[in-house]
Amino acid sequence: MSQDPLEGCRISAGKKSAVSLGKALHPPNLLVVVEGTCGACVAASPVSAPEGSCSYNVAHHHLCVCVRVCMAWQGLQKGETLASLKQESENLRRKLEEERGKLTDVELHQVAEKVETVAALSIKTRRVLKGHGNKVLSMDWCKDKRRLVSSSQDGKVIVWDAFTLNKEHGITLPCTWVMACAYAPSGCAVACGGLDNKCSVVPLSLDRNENVTAKKKSVAMHTNYVSGCSFTNSDMQLLTSSGDGTCALWDVESGQLLQSFHGHTADVLSLDLAPSETGNTFVSGGCDMKANVWDMRSGQNIQSFDNHQSDINCVKYYPSGDAFASASDDATCRFYDLRADREVAVYQKDSIIFGASSVDFSLSGRLLFAGYNDYTINVWDVLKGTRVSVLFGHENRVSRVRVSPDGTALCSASWDNTLRVSRT
Amino acid sequence: LPTNMTSNSNLSNMKRLVEQLKLEASVERIKVSQAAADLQQYCLQNAGKDALLVGVPTGSNPFREPRSCAVV
Repeated sequence: MSQDPLEGCRISAGKKSAVSLGKALHPPNLLVVVEGTCGACVAASPVSAPEGSCSYNVAHHHLCVCVRVCMAWQGLQKGETLASLKQESENLRRKLEEERGKLTDVELHQVAEKVETVAALSIKTRRVLKGHGNKVLSMDWCKDKRRLVSSSQDGKVIVWDAFTLNKEHGITLPCTWVMACAYAPSGCAVACGGLDNKCSVVPLSLDRNENVTAKKKSVAMHTNYVSGCSFTNSDMQLLTSSGDGTCALWDVESGQLLQSFHGHTADVLSLDLAPSETGNTFVSGGCDMKANVWDMRSGQNIQSFDNHQSDINCVKYYPSGDAFASASDDATCRFYDLRADREVAVYQKDSIIFGASSVDFSLSGRLLFAGYNDYTINVWDVLKGTRVSVLFGHENRVSRVRVSPDGTALCSASWDNTLRVSRT
Repeated sequence: LPTNMTSNSNLSNMKRLVEQLKLEASVERIKVSQAAADLQQYCLQNAGKDALLVGVPTGSNPFREPRSCAVV
């Protein structure tokens, strides 16, 4: 893989910087692509310079720009043109499909034929969380399995005790449409963001009288709305996805951009971190209908799946980390195995015509809960590909479904301003 | 941007796309039969702990309302 000799090199905002590459390190005609997001520009603008040095004037930009050597490029090979490269890319795509096809010796549901059918589920709504003044857009469970955080179009973020229905904290953001919220692994803070193009971290105080909103700290800065956020294994790093087409990894303490992830060609709507045992990767999905798997350290897009026919609203890892599922406006949910590098199941029915907004797996990975724009939650048998159950109750679109950390409860958030906690 | 920079940009984007596709094509893959078997095994191994799948014994569910006993 291409080296990154500029690793650790950051151009700070407000400075005119020249990045020069020593000839001893690199061959001539090294392609340096400067990528990043800027608080002033509308979109990230790659600048390339075929020479051994390039300068990027960031005097009028407001953000740290990450400089990376994307790949060593020996310059154009003889005869290479835009047309020939286009042809090459088409050939490669075909080759990719062929390689994937060669290993498709059987379908997942065929392997699962011998498995016992799932017994009828008796999942019922046990709690209805009322308090938001408008559509609930997102929610996340705390690791303690009883608290959860939710965010709404009304600009409010609420931390609830799902057992007692007690509202423990209320945070008011200056923007509407708080599309993303996440609980910190320690349980001591929450992150939230949305139309303000930022993701902020709010430490939760044990003192009920303390104004929690006042301690809010901006961490992530994108050039378009923040659609998703997640802490990594600690409270110290935050991963965000944005309408600006990128994902980014931030240091919470300093607000520094640690890594940015470029590759989507439209808004990124969702991200999910691989379960900690499986290493430093995450998956993202967006309006370009693609689901991309990324290496968090290098920023490299390592696998990509383009099976959906419309926006991907949500992506979620299978509990073992070897697979993930996606929910899309094309009314299907799909399941991809990462080691086979292909889609292995499609969860769809002729009667389901509304977009799926959110998915999550049950603890064993056998069930996939999917929330839809027709107000229902369909429960799919992941292995057999059949629908096991439908959960009714919400009076508007289901925006988010999340299984609790111990697998005992399902929380669903909806445009009907409520959240529901369901259990067997 | 001056026209040569735009075409440079298209060219560099295309080159990047080709490099990305080469990377994706070179990924090591396993057979779907193997992948499916492993997925299935994970499900079955963990099924017993999956409360939403198999249910929990009554009384241990903190969300359920306590039931009252009626003397018939």
